[in-house]
Amino acid sequence: MFAESTEAAGWFLENAWLIPLIPAVAFFLILGFGKRMPRGGSEIGIASMLASLVIAAGTAYQWVQRVDAPVAEGEHALARGSFGFARTFSEEAAEAGHEVAPVISTLDWFDIGRLHVSIGSHIDGLAVTLLLLVAFISTLVQIYSTEYVRGDRRYTHFFASITLFSAGMLTMVLAPNMLQFILGWEIMGLCSFLLIGHWWEETANSKAALKAFFTVRVGDMGLLVGTAALFALFGTMEIGEINEQAANFAGDNKGMLLFAAIALFIACIGKSGQFPLHTWLPDAMAGPTPVSSLLHSSTMVVAGVFLVARLYPVFHVGLDINVAGQSFNLIAVIGGITVLIAAGLAFVQDDIKKVLAYSTVSQLGYMMLGLGVGAWTGAVFHIFTHAFFKCALFLCAGSIAHTGSHHSFDMKKDMGGLRKKMPVTFVVWIVSTMALMGVPFFSGFFSKDEIIDSAKHNHYTVFYFVAIIGAAMTAAYMTRATYLTFFGKARGGAAHFVHGHDDAHDTHDAHADAHGHDAHGHDDHHAPAHHSAPLPFAKTDSSWQITVPLIILGVLAIFSGYLNAPALGIHWFEHMTESSIGAGSAMSVPPPPEFSWAAAAPGLLLVLAGFVVSLLISKAVFGEKKTALQGLTQRNSLLGAGHKFLVNKYYLDALYENVIVKAVAYPIARAAYWTNQHVLDGIVNAVGIGGKRTGELVYKYVDQGLVDGAVNGSGATARGAGGALQPVQSGKVNLYGALLFGAAAVGALVLVLVNS
Amino acid sequence: MIQEQQWLLSLGTFLPLVGVLVMLFIPKKDEVAAKGVALVTAIATLAVGIYTLVQFDYDQSEKLQFFTTNKWITPIKATYTVGLDGISLPLYILSMVITVLVMVYSWNHVPEPGNTKAFFILMLVLQTGMAGTFVAQDLILFFVFFEVVLLPMYFMIGVWGGENRQYASLKFFLYTMFGSALMLVSFIALFVVTKNAPGVNPDDANFSFQWFDEHGRDIARDTAIWIFAGMFIGFAVKVPMFPFHTWLPDAHTQAPTQGSVILAAILLKLGTYGFVRIAIPFLPQAAVKWAPIIGVLAVIGIIYGALGCLAQTDMKRLIAFSSVAHMGFVMLGISTLTDLGISAALFGMVAHGLITGMLFFVAGSVKERYHTLEIKRLSGMLLQMPKMGWILGFCAMASLGLPGLAGFWGEFPAILASWDPLSGEGLPYGGLSVGLYQGLTIVAALGTVLAAGYLLWLYQRTAFGEVSAEFAGTGHDAHGHDSHGHDAHGDDHSDIHDVNTFEWIAWTPLLIAIVVFGVVPSLMFDVMDPAVSLITDRFGGK
Amino acid sequence: MLVNNFLILGAVLFSIGVYGVIARKNAVLVLMSIELILNSVNINLLAFDRINGTQDGAVFALYIIAIAAAEVGVGLAMVLLIFRNRKTIALDDLSEMKG
Repeated sequence: MFAESTEAAGWFLENAWLIPLIPAVAFFLILGFGKRMPRGGSEIGIASMLASLVIAAGTAYQWVQRVDAPVAEGEHALARGSFGFARTFSEEAAEAGHEVAPVISTLDWFDIGRLHVSIGSHIDGLAVTLLLLVAFISTLVQIYSTEYVRGDRRYTHFFASITLFSAGMLTMVLAPNMLQFILGWEIMGLCSFLLIGHWWEETANSKAALKAFFTVRVGDMGLLVGTAALFALFGTMEIGEINEQAANFAGDNKGMLLFAAIALFIACIGKSGQFPLHTWLPDAMAGPTPVSSLLHSSTMVVAGVFLVARLYPVFHVGLDINVAGQSFNLIAVIGGITVLIAAGLAFVQDDIKKVLAYSTVSQLGYMMLGLGVGAWTGAVFHIFTHAFFKCALFLCAGSIAHTGSHHSFDMKKDMGGLRKKMPVTFVVWIVSTMALMGVPFFSGFFSKDEIIDSAKHNHYTVFYFVAIIGAAMTAAYMTRATYLTFFGKARGGAAHFVHGHDDAHDTHDAHADAHGHDAHGHDDHHAPAHHSAPLPFAKTDSSWQITVPLIILGVLAIFSGYLNAPALGIHWFEHMTESSIGAGSAMSVPPPPEFSWAAAAPGLLLVLAGFVVSLLISKAVFGEKKTALQGLTQRNSLLGAGHKFLVNKYYLDALYENVIVKAVAYPIARAAYWTNQHVLDGIVNAVGIGGKRTGELVYKYVDQGLVDGAVNGSGATARGAGGALQPVQSGKVNLYGALLFGAAAVGALVLVLVNS
Repeated sequence: MIQEQQWLLSLGTFLPLVGVLVMLFIPKKDEVAAKGVALVTAIATLAVGIYTLVQFDYDQSEKLQFFTTNKWITPIKATYTVGLDGISLPLYILSMVITVLVMVYSWNHVPEPGNTKAFFILMLVLQTGMAGTFVAQDLILFFVFFEVVLLPMYFMIGVWGGENRQYASLKFFLYTMFGSALMLVSFIALFVVTKNAPGVNPDDANFSFQWFDEHGRDIARDTAIWIFAGMFIGFAVKVPMFPFHTWLPDAHTQAPTQGSVILAAILLKLGTYGFVRIAIPFLPQAAVKWAPIIGVLAVIGIIYGALGCLAQTDMKRLIAFSSVAHMGFVMLGISTLTDLGISAALFGMVAHGLITGMLFFVAGSVKERYHTLEIKRLSGMLLQMPKMGWILGFCAMASLGLPGLAGFWGEFPAILASWDPLSGEGLPYGGLSVGLYQGLTIVAALGTVLAAGYLLWLYQRTAFGEVSAEFAGTGHDAHGHDSHGHDAHGDDHSDIHDVNTFEWIAWTPLLIAIVVFGVVPSLMFDVMDPAVSLITDRFGGK
Repeated sequence: MLVNNFLILGAVLFSIGVYGVIARKNAVLVLMSIELILNSVNINLLAFDRINGTQDGAVFALYIIAIAAAEVGVGLAMVLLIFRNRKTIALDDLSEMKG
């Protein structure tokens, strides 16, 4: 029955709506039957994600074919398929040689007045990229979760929520119109609430969930208003039409387009954790680690970036991006600020997940910055590569907590020296970190470098410097985190794991109780001995459900970058996605600059500098200082001759720590963090408290006092009048009768007088 | 007008009264019989409603169907005219559904001080009043039904209510009566003015909607504005709109659960329905002048209601205040005078009825179990009553306008519409200020944020966390395992058990409806849209 | 004229009734006085019928007779109940309606 349409665009391209539908159905199946399944519903979740992945892969394959072999003119016709699906192919977009029209399949949803709403799929390069990415990472994360949250008291709910979460993201990614987009966007918000608050027995977790939902919701206000403005402006909800009209915008109502762009961007600030609404993101670490990795790699937080990329013509034209002479615009400024402040904050975190959280915020800043300077391909490609290595990093953190550090995420207290015992985790971490830093020939390099290059090339000089300084900071804080986690002396929970693994387990458990780090609600906590089998070549590492996804992601952290490596002359990804923003229309996005090592050199040098400096400081502060302090007496007795040298070294430590770190790095980062915690968070809290106070005041005085007072006042007036007339109400029937007749007589008299 | 099966609407409207008649002969002590007869009557009424639903011609939903007109009180030219179109249909059916569900819920939830028979009789009388209001096609008939609703509700609050019931019921009654009095004056003025208009044969004048629909628009604008004012106050009190809302929190808080549910689900809609059905189409020239005022008050109501919610310490009162905010969205939609806005408002009315009704049900059941609704004292509901907790969460999410659930389709299209209200060149009655409405839109969107704030705050405080010490060790154990705490012999709070059978029966249809209308909003939009267009066409807008 | 006599009769009956309502303390007598008033109105209605030559007044009179019967029924029932509870039907002792 799909024969007709198959000829037109390909089965997968036209039935891509199945990709979100499968996990959405799976969500209900898990809720309904999950508890009765042998594996608590996780098998339904994983199966649905695999099915989505297969279809997404098929879609991607057919999309590649479609791009490589442009369809003939005649096929861009309106075709009506089965199930009442109206398949429309945008005809205008198919003129130029490499122009590839999106494949849009829609089903009418409803009409109210002039609002026509449909659901379906809008498949183009951008959507295909994200579909594949989300389905792929969701699958891996779910496999990982089977081990990570095993035995959790809400195991089934966890899988239900995470499946629905992926469904929400997928719904949003292939949305052909703004309403479906909002639908997916809000479903994600709901699921993030459920997942971050997964262990809601603890107030901190439920508060983090509330904060996440609420902060994002503040941004959503912009989404609603922006959509309304676009609808009023263009009279349509269809994303394709909005883009086309925005790209060719010639009306005199430019202010409205600017307004819509700003409103929508506010939504992106909330969702993508941009300054100043980024504060929910680190708190969101209260959720289980697989959730963090999914939220922070390919879903939720990239939704905001995706919105800008999806409606790029609206922003590009609305904000005059790339118009000659422009060196600042809202998106670039917000992106740039976010890059720097988040990177700064990442320096002072002890919690490994918070380092990664701030890193995510910072990288999202890069994406926004890229979109702000006209580097559309670079930004989208950064979404793509970032997803792999950031997901890998979070899963590494989870793996460490799960196996190595006894469910603690504190790098200073419970980690260190883990590289030997957890080789897989270590290698994947290192590879991903290098990708994140932007080391050449790792994936992050290709995407980040294109953003940096474009900033310079498109005359956004300030942001060029912001970007390379940010790159150096990234290198530095990741070096610090890596050092604290894997090098140096094993501490706390890690010490137990590294040194005491062959010992009896009773000390292990006693240790756990003493430290009380098991704050994440693992009900029936299980010793590593009860884990599933690890991989044969890394027996002390986490079990295979954790390490296999890690290895896959690690490999991709290197190789995903080669889909678009300007340094090697590869522009395949660009070729596949460029039609998504309607190239060839009146809107002109500058082409990405030619790659040259000379242009990339300053950035790379700064990254190297960041790495070296950070390594030295980390070694001094976190490594040697402790040995110096702890081993002072020991060495006094053993190595009297070397004492002076040690003292000197200690002196250096003091120099580093007291002068450089304490005087420079710490105050600045602390100030930023303080600003974050007190000023911005303070504002959020103050707004909340202020709202409540205002509410209370309004309630107390206006509502209960004034408005109600007026009502009660009229009652009192009536009562007063009644009081004055009280003597009349003697209760004597005869008197009533007399009054009645008297009144009637007076009435009659009046009547007679009036009529005569 | 389609004049087929003319008996149908009268049957649906007055069938409950037959039940009342039967119940009068049941001895007071025989509670089961009284409940049985009442429930059977309500179900029979619903069956008539479903038959109406089946017989309704959806291709002509803009026309009045099952239309019938008869002489009623000839001297004052009032007629007995009833009919049903796409605007009334959802509300008419909703009132029947809610009555049945409330009765099911009441089966083992008759509030103090008992007297089951009277309680059920009142509900049946209410049902007649509500259904009658939605089918009446004559102003006097409308007014009678509108007022019939008042008395049973007064008694329901005054007799079966909370500690402060006397005050609340009296306030409710006087407030609404005050509005109704002005409304009646306006109705009569409308009649007199249209009757005495030049070129009109006074003998033709009557109180049927059709007459006003044809002649109301010819009234001079200044006169029309004053007539509209009376109607505005009458309906605004009922909605309730800021600043006429202060009866609502008291009435809701003091009313028994059943009263709150009916109040939220149906009674509030009488006001908005009045705007859509009477005030706006009959007096379009005044509506255009009044719309900005309505819009501003609606938006104030949205923000004000949300702020009020944030200040509450009592769960039921919070839900009551949230009604003010939600009805603000409905009124904002209506005030745009566009097809989109009024459709959104009508959808919002039904959605609010389903969702807030459901929230009041949950609040009632929580109160019954914990004997308190103080948010501070409640905690960890998800541990003690997981199902109840999830239902509360579901309703909170629906209420804050999550797409895919019914609440969203009342809110979002209203925002869309208010960004782009009735405006343009050459409109017969003029347009509205676009700038003002765009400002209102932004403020209204802020209201959605606040809605998320108070609802999630409520949910976080009551459902999440550990069970508070006060209620710990009762009912379910702290980890929500299988021990169903059904032993009622323990201390005060030993009856904390999860959702029971009657509650399931009463709630499931509402929960399903919230999802179904959220996923397939066209079920309602398609029915309402033609009828709404008929109203908005006269304004000449888009 | 003959009709005038009827009107005068009505007025006299009405006055007697009013006097009874205002002056008597016995509830039964008050009720009877009310009946007098109603019947004086009936007489008036019929008299005006004669003057105008229509039948409307007669219809109203019949209507009033029916209402009066009902009213007396209710009234006497109340008086009986009051007597049963209080052992008196003196209106002076019944001042529950005092505001």
